Amino acid sequence: MDDFLLETKGLFKVFSGVRVLSDIDLRVKRGQVLGIIGENGAGKSTLVKILTGIHAPSSGRIFIEGYEIRHMNPELAGRLGVNMIPQEFNLIGNLNVFENIFLGREYRSWGVFLDKGRMRRKTKELLDELRCAVSVDAQIQDLSVAGKQMVEIAKAVVNDCKILIMDEPTTVLTQDETDILFSLVRRLKEHGTAIVYISHKLAEVKQICDDIMVLKDGCFVSQDPASELSTHEMARRMVGRELRQMFPPKSKPGSEVVLGVDNMVIPGDVAGITFDLRKGEILGFAGLVGAGRTETAEGIYGIRRPVSGSISIGGSKVSIKSPRDAVAHGIAYLSEDRQGRGIHTGFSVSHNTTLISLKNYGKLITDRAKELEKTGFYARSFNIKSPSQTTPLKFLSGGNQQKVALAKGLDPQPRIYIFDEPTRGIDVNARGEIYVFIRRLVEDGISCILISSDLEEVIGLSNRVVVMREGRIAGILEGDQINEEDIMFLAAGVGQSLSA
Amino acid sequence: MERFGPFIALLVLFVAASLTSEYFLQVTNLLNILRQVSYTGIIALGMTFVIIAGGIDLSVGSMTALVGGLTILALNHFGPGAGAVVAGISIALLLGMAGGAVNGLIVTVGRVAPFIATLGTMAIFRSLTLWTIDAGEFRSNSELYGDFGMGLLWAVPVPVWILLVLTVLFSVLLNNTPFGRYVCAVGSNERVARYSAIRVKFIRFVCYVILGLTVGISAVLLSARMNSVSSSGTGLNFELDAIAAVIIGGTSLSGGRGSIIGTLVGAVILGIVNNMLNMWGISPYLQGTVKGAVILGAVLIQRTNRSWNE
Repeated sequence: MDDFLLETKGLFKVFSGVRVLSDIDLRVKRGQVLGIIGENGAGKSTLVKILTGIHAPSSGRIFIEGYEIRHMNPELAGRLGVNMIPQEFNLIGNLNVFENIFLGREYRSWGVFLDKGRMRRKTKELLDELRCAVSVDAQIQDLSVAGKQMVEIAKAVVNDCKILIMDEPTTVLTQDETDILFSLVRRLKEHGTAIVYISHKLAEVKQICDDIMVLKDGCFVSQDPASELSTHEMARRMVGRELRQMFPPKSKPGSEVVLGVDNMVIPGDVAGITFDLRKGEILGFAGLVGAGRTETAEGIYGIRRPVSGSISIGGSKVSIKSPRDAVAHGIAYLSEDRQGRGIHTGFSVSHNTTLISLKNYGKLITDRAKELEKTGFYARSFNIKSPSQTTPLKFLSGGNQQKVALAKGLDPQPRIYIFDEPTRGIDVNARGEIYVFIRRLVEDGISCILISSDLEEVIGLSNRVVVMREGRIAGILEGDQINEEDIMFLAAGVGQSLSA
Repeated sequence: MERFGPFIALLVLFVAASLTSEYFLQVTNLLNILRQVSYTGIIALGMTFVIIAGGIDLSVGSMTALVGGLTILALNHFGPGAGAVVAGISIALLLGMAGGAVNGLIVTVGRVAPFIATLGTMAIFRSLTLWTIDAGEFRSNSELYGDFGMGLLWAVPVPVWILLVLTVLFSVLLNNTPFGRYVCAVGSNERVARYSAIRVKFIRFVCYVILGLTVGISAVLLSARMNSVSSSGTGLNFELDAIAAVIIGGTSLSGGRGSIIGTLVGAVILGIVNNMLNMWGISPYLQGTVKGAVILGAVLIQRTNRSWNE
């Protein structure tokens, strides 16, 4: 038997016709830390979900300690010693530490009574071994984020953890807490645990991992020892690819400032950002997940309340306290969460399209004929495929739902349209149509903000690109500066831009 | 199928009732059924908006008693003339809307779950009614008021006319106005509604005020018919009948969609069931069991239909 604790051969995963993982071979030895890096949507999370049995692979094989596991599921993964520290913790706030650690596998005396003494002793031993300063009797809700993470790790260890998967474990930690986590990782490594470590923070990956695997668009790019890979090289490998020719040519924006945001602060999300949007401009917003882009957009749209800063439209300061105010000031917002925030899946095509602008179809009585006529116009000009205008949206494909959501924002005739991940989960054809849609708006003098984690998209469409990191603007790129490397360097905080 | 379910049920029930009882099809019996269901039926029409918007109101029965009682006090204060009746009715409608506004404010501004909020006001309204008259009866001195309550228009009782007219008006309000669309949007997905620039809390609030208005109307019709209000008995279990009519009428208890006509049909179904049980000589104590079974059946049928659709 060889030394690999975890091994996959030729993993493929296809979601509704889209290939999200292709031919992934992964190997982790006892006591090895394997880093996996890649852009948003590179397939990291899907890979993790397959390893922990949440998703079944479309094809390919998984081996644990040399034995092939045919039908992995989360329960089996747990029994085989594959444990994951999730980004959102799975702990119960009003139970204490040892109750959480033994949840579902409590020690019992006489078969019925909880053996609290033994559980408490065992937990104490465990926390001491991990050199973790968390009290056995502390309630979870009183612990810091780092403390909760320690408890999650202890919980994994008590379950006889052989393979530990950590998905972005440090995004919520301070530097000190990160150091504690890393020393814990090193100790687990000494115990022979195999660790899969996923992160956007390239410097940290280099620091803690033995080997680094790079994924891009669901495909394996490279795997090298961390010592041989600079962070710049990592960033280059994550993004290096050619732009596809699906973007319409860029138009030249005017000089008039349509929207000005000055030092907007939303506690916990946005730490003071300033930018302006010009007439007929497409202003890209790039950054990693959690950089505060959506929060910024929601601050402008009146969903979140900035505690300081100001917004001006057409040169005069405005007060936006609700989406209603935002719409009245000519702002439209396409949410990244289509089904949860963008559209009513139970409503028909026409009812969705006119929901924001319904009062334009008769203040007292809604003019149904006019409504259907307008919806029909959008269906024709955006190529919305639907059996009828009265079909509920849940029966339409993601791409067609998205076009309805776009038309919905457009119907009140906004001057500013904020797109948040407009092509997420959408096939290539509809994607191209949406790019043309955005381009047409700009020609009509509408100014657009384009938030996207798809760098190609941001680069292919934007006149300027705002790169955000940790709630701040890391840089605003123009002209030749708009390229994948410069954006990634700013977004990941790897250091100075190359071309600067 | 889902949309026509209540109508089919009504038809089946109607045929069954006319086959098993020779009295059923007599005009007086049919009008009697309609008059009997009109008091809770009118409230059910208002309740439809509240339920579509994702809420519920348990306080309508107690509110009927309180509004009816206070109206009679006002009527007696104003004297015997027609002007007093008009003033009394106006006060009743305003009081009803005020009661609905109280519920609406607790739910929207106070952010209390509708079930709990209206459970609280249900107890409060009833207790205030009992306290006002020392658990006795509010008696009207106005003969005119009683005449109005017993009144007929073209041989049809006044409450039935009002039920039918409100059905038409509310149906238009729900299906053909921006407000109606917003109510569905709020109940279907509150967050999407908020992102769609809809004033979610305001819409919810207005739904409770509309329901309060229907309670006010029902309180007038009921107190005028008896020319009195019992502080302990009037409006008892009205919330049950009103909610049942809405659910039987095909409105989803989880909100988002529903039908005013359906609610009318639901109310009439409940009326016919009661009428049949009476004619068959079944113990009145068992009627609650049958009503409960009808409600549960309606919900189960809704659920089955939906799981088929998805």
